[in-house]
Amino acid sequence: MTTPASSLLASDAVLAVRDLRVSFPSEAGLVQAVRGIDFSLRRGETLALVGESGSGKSVTATSVLGLLPEGAQVSGSVRLEGRELLHLSDGEMSKIRGKEMGMVFQDPLSALTPVFSIGTQLVEALQVHQDLNDKAARARALELLDLVGIPDPKRRIDAFPHEFSGGMRQRAVIAMAIANDPKVIIADEPTTALDVTIQAQVLEVLKKAQEVTGAAILMITHDLGVVAGMADRVQVMYAGRPVESGLADDVFYTPHMPYTIGLLSAVPRMDEGGEKKALTPLEGNPPSMVSLPQGCPFAARCPIAVDVCREVEPELKASADGLLSACHRSTEIGDSVPREEMFPTPDVPAHDRSPRESRPAVLKVDGLIKHFPLMKGSVFKRRVGTVRAVDGLDFDIREGETFALVGESGCGKTTTLLQILELPKAQAGSVVVLGKETKSLNGKGRRELRRDMQVVFQDPMASLDSRMPIGDILAEPMKTHGWSKDRIAARVPELLSLVGLLPEHAERYPTEFSGGQRQRIGIARALALDPKLIVLDEPVSALDVSIQAGVINLLDELKVKLGLSYLFVAHDLSVIRHIADRVAVMYLGRIVELGDADSVFGQPSHPYTQALLSAVPLPDPRKERERRRILLTGDLPSPADVPSGCRFRTRCPKIGGLSAADAERCHTEDPAVQALGADHTAACHYAAALEVV
Amino acid sequence: MGRGMGRFLLRRAVNYVILVFIAASFTYFLASSYLEPIVNFLSKHPQPPLSSIHNILRSRNLDPNTPLVQRYWTWITNILFHGNFGQTFDGNSVNSEMGRRIFVSTELLLVATLVSTVSGVAWGAWNALRQYRPSDRISTVVSYLLLATPTPVIAISLETVDQWMGVPVQYTGMYDPGAQGTWSVITSNMQHLILPTITLFLIQATLFSRYQRGTMLDVLGSDFLRTARAKGLTRRQAVLKHGLRTAVIPVMPLLVYNIVLLFTGATFTEKIFGWHGMGEWLVDSITQNDVNAVGAIAVFTAVLVLIAGLLSDLVYAALDPRVRS
Amino acid sequence: MTQLVPDVPADVLPEEKQKKTRTLSRGALVRRRFRRNRLAMVGVGILAVLLVGAYVLPYFLKFSYTDNDWNALGTAPDATHWFGTNHPGVDMLALTMRGLQKSLVIGLIGGPLTTLIAALVGASAGYFGGWIDRILMWVLELMLVVPSFLLLALIAPRLAGGTWLYFVVLLSAFGWMITARVVRSMTQTLKDREYVLAARYMGVNPLVIIFRHILPNVASILIVDATIQVGAVVLSESGLSYFGFGIQAPDISLGTLIADGQPDATTSPWMFFFPAGFLVLMGLCVAFIGDGLRDAFDPTAAGAKAVVKSIKRAKGPIAGSPAQDVVSNTARAEEGLAS
Repeated sequence: MTTPASSLLASDAVLAVRDLRVSFPSEAGLVQAVRGIDFSLRRGETLALVGESGSGKSVTATSVLGLLPEGAQVSGSVRLEGRELLHLSDGEMSKIRGKEMGMVFQDPLSALTPVFSIGTQLVEALQVHQDLNDKAARARALELLDLVGIPDPKRRIDAFPHEFSGGMRQRAVIAMAIANDPKVIIADEPTTALDVTIQAQVLEVLKKAQEVTGAAILMITHDLGVVAGMADRVQVMYAGRPVESGLADDVFYTPHMPYTIGLLSAVPRMDEGGEKKALTPLEGNPPSMVSLPQGCPFAARCPIAVDVCREVEPELKASADGLLSACHRSTEIGDSVPREEMFPTPDVPAHDRSPRESRPAVLKVDGLIKHFPLMKGSVFKRRVGTVRAVDGLDFDIREGETFALVGESGCGKTTTLLQILELPKAQAGSVVVLGKETKSLNGKGRRELRRDMQVVFQDPMASLDSRMPIGDILAEPMKTHGWSKDRIAARVPELLSLVGLLPEHAERYPTEFSGGQRQRIGIARALALDPKLIVLDEPVSALDVSIQAGVINLLDELKVKLGLSYLFVAHDLSVIRHIADRVAVMYLGRIVELGDADSVFGQPSHPYTQALLSAVPLPDPRKERERRRILLTGDLPSPADVPSGCRFRTRCPKIGGLSAADAERCHTEDPAVQALGADHTAACHYAAALEVV
Repeated sequence: MGRGMGRFLLRRAVNYVILVFIAASFTYFLASSYLEPIVNFLSKHPQPPLSSIHNILRSRNLDPNTPLVQRYWTWITNILFHGNFGQTFDGNSVNSEMGRRIFVSTELLLVATLVSTVSGVAWGAWNALRQYRPSDRISTVVSYLLLATPTPVIAISLETVDQWMGVPVQYTGMYDPGAQGTWSVITSNMQHLILPTITLFLIQATLFSRYQRGTMLDVLGSDFLRTARAKGLTRRQAVLKHGLRTAVIPVMPLLVYNIVLLFTGATFTEKIFGWHGMGEWLVDSITQNDVNAVGAIAVFTAVLVLIAGLLSDLVYAALDPRVRS
Repeated sequence: MTQLVPDVPADVLPEEKQKKTRTLSRGALVRRRFRRNRLAMVGVGILAVLLVGAYVLPYFLKFSYTDNDWNALGTAPDATHWFGTNHPGVDMLALTMRGLQKSLVIGLIGGPLTTLIAALVGASAGYFGGWIDRILMWVLELMLVVPSFLLLALIAPRLAGGTWLYFVVLLSAFGWMITARVVRSMTQTLKDREYVLAARYMGVNPLVIIFRHILPNVASILIVDATIQVGAVVLSESGLSYFGFGIQAPDISLGTLIADGQPDATTSPWMFFFPAGFLVLMGLCVAFIGDGLRDAFDPTAAGAKAVVKSIKRAKGPIAGSPAQDVVSNTARAEEGLAS
């Protein structure tokens, strides 16, 4: 594992890629998606290609398999055990694909043919390459499904893809990828579409598959935590080229390329709590792949760029022992140029708050319930049950604090948020916003309340009407609430500068902005009417890490400056750890643990919270190696079929260690909320703190 | 679940019955007030005495002197309680006329439908695979040409071509009235099928191929085709096995719907080639002021639309496991 | 992240380039793509020629469509009568241009009118949902079940005394249902889009939301549909007129001319094939333009029925009630194409 970089290019590699270049014709011109990449992959080894969207990492994977769309122009060399693949015909490649190389795609929902059963598709993968009769193939398919951890494979083998959850489908895809004992498994963002607990399961399956087949894994991902836990070696991509390459530890602990350094420092860390500190944003955007600027593509964002950086693009060369970096100043980094403070960290004004009890509540939710009818069939639609999306929720938010709702998809956090925004008239439970009970509000009162409570959505593309200029988008809430033209005209530039944009941006259209800028516009719109409470629905999850940090800092800053309160919904626990004052963990429509962030993250006491936190990968290879994960079994039960007693008992890792009598209690009795500390409660019969981060 | 399903179907059926009832009643009222069957008798030579005209009309529930509501009541109760659609203006049973015509339409449509379905799907899929190549471009222009051409123009062009070539194929009527003996009637009948079948084929196959091309193109870029290729299928195998099977799902219900509706939709073809089917009746019933026939056709068409909708839903469910569950 | 061909949004371009791309607004991009579509441009060209021909050419002709040339009864095309004459000796060219005028006007009014009805019904049903949706959808279903051909055939001849405009309205009234369903399901997805939600939670009036956020965002579909409906309306008109149920004398349309020329089609082809040819040409142009517009609005849409596809794209393959939409698509076929 400690081979020097030079010998990484040795010929004992299973897969060797040399100077691979891929470009596509497009409306705007030739897109140079990959501009020369080299790597070698040895047996049993895992190499991670890391990069943000558009860095060319997925295109690399696709071209290795020969699955690029027709218009693509490819050059260079891809050798599998010495055999050149790049110019093979589709027929010849098809003998290699699935046999020598298996592939796992990002989106398990669309990766399987919807009209064939899982078994049929798996058997097909076997029979394409092996001379197996139907019976033998089916037996082998059952083995494979068992191997990837699909429970009760005999029954599930004949299920159709839509009857599988995302995690199960991804397991099935992995089963297909390893069906013929491939030498290389290419995994393209295999867990991006999955929840953390499922991600942890699927990554385990991938590791197991690697052990069983001895295959090399080419892992493509943007998630530095996943990389830290999986990869032996890492190659960081930027603008279609590798900019840093080496052993995982070297890349994570002693990077010699400013982009890698910036990327690592921009990630919020779940293992760093306590003292509130601003994130270190990586300002700017990646360059256009159509017209690259002269010199180093990262120069425009680089804090240590010098003249030569703007003229000559640096080659990937040895910067330290075993590390290759593409930076003119790589040898200075870590030496005369320190890594710390290379990227400036802005100051976030300190919070000076009175104790929580003395601050007024801006939002109080009591016994909130939202049930939907469960409809079945799309041709013959009929009601077959009730989805208990939100099933009795209590919490409150005090002035000036950030309250986060955390949970996996399907836990009801988004429903909760929409329910509150709806200011519902008829409902079970009560929602009190700024001291006003929403049930008893008349039309005028509701309108006034809408002014004080604003929302920022997840998708910065979808939350702005692309046909309206920014000025009109920002003016809409003010127009709706009857502001005069002059007042609006004065407010728009004010708002833009508040979120770090320029007043002249008002004339432009949303498509002219990057994701991060659009999210800033969304925030500006929410601020237009000077609200008290802002509801944020996954506000940074659609953004790349480098952009995310800036938006989080902005939110922090605005909160202090304008005295806002946030209801923050997210699934990314690291982000929550960074931004939230108080956290509520949701499971199947209920809050299972609630408290101040330090308590919940520091002494998680509900077994679900513990599992959730332990599933989050940390961008720190050493820590990842030492950590022991609490793996949950199975998927989230359907909210239409909530288990009796404690709703977490079907997946609870703790219940196995209980005596039969104690476990019986979990089956029959719905656990009540019990206080564990000053501001810390959990709904578990046997709550006990456990350090997992 | 079984009960829920039953209730669902029942609700749907009741809704359908109401829809058919309204549609048919509305058409009947409109036809009775606008059409004047009496004209058919007044224009006869020699003209029968007015009193006997009214007698005949009354016996057929067509007399304008009877209040419209009363005529409607007679009409609707006869249908509801006796399944009797009344008499045509010249005294024949509407029921038996309808039966005869449905048979004729079926004969005409059977071959055309089969051929157009198969070739339309194949043609469309092939075009999709060759998108933007010359063959696809030519196909596109040709299909737009065919789709922009009104049916009578297609039919009459075929007739004209046949004429120029010295009438190798006879086309007027369903068979040569001069044909003697069963066998020669059958062969003549077959010959007379050729031109109307080609007409229907050109229109239907073109339409189906456009549908198929569209859904196929949707599927070609899909992730699951990529997975299939990543497993080791060639592009061709993947497209044929995984692509076509999936792409055909949304098309089949469309075909079923189209085909069922053709029973009254082949108006131009039947009229121009002299086939006495339902489509021809649609036009003739109006030109002949045949109120009861119009009413019967209205019921027939409305029921047909609903059957077509139901049938295409069932086909969809049969083809797509996602819908079934 | 798996996007194979990375997008090149304008924002990734440096500042000075951004200015250049800014002038390329969505509208300009659509226009540019449309202009690049050769067939569509041919369609526009021919349609323009047809329009000019139909309205300008008659002033330069020796014969008007009301004149009878008693020296030329049913003569084949020659130097005086380029398209020949019919049995009463009327110049076929003059007649065809006159018919073309009417058919063009009917199509150009009827097509957009149909789409307008569909947009209003579809958007209200989709946005408001609940009982408004149920009522509108029930009416829609009824309109599909009602034998439209019979009703049109019964009503149209009674409009003879009035203006042909009533006839166009009637055609539109029987043709909006399919598009309305498409607009409805698109509205249903747009309704949950974040910018619509944002407007709603701001307290914006629902009708304002429909006109400010919903309809502009289905505009591309509506424009394409209006184009296609032009062809559909013209086909319906000619079909009904063919049987004498459409445009009534003294008005003339290409449909009535085809009906008049049909008996002599094999012996005096000019009486039939000139008006028929213009009808086909017009339909073809409209189809090319519609296709070009569709590609221009949505370059990734590849297929024949993009309107259909757009719902599928928006809703995913299973969401909603695909069969319903599927049925609706079909009806489009039979609408214009009673064979």
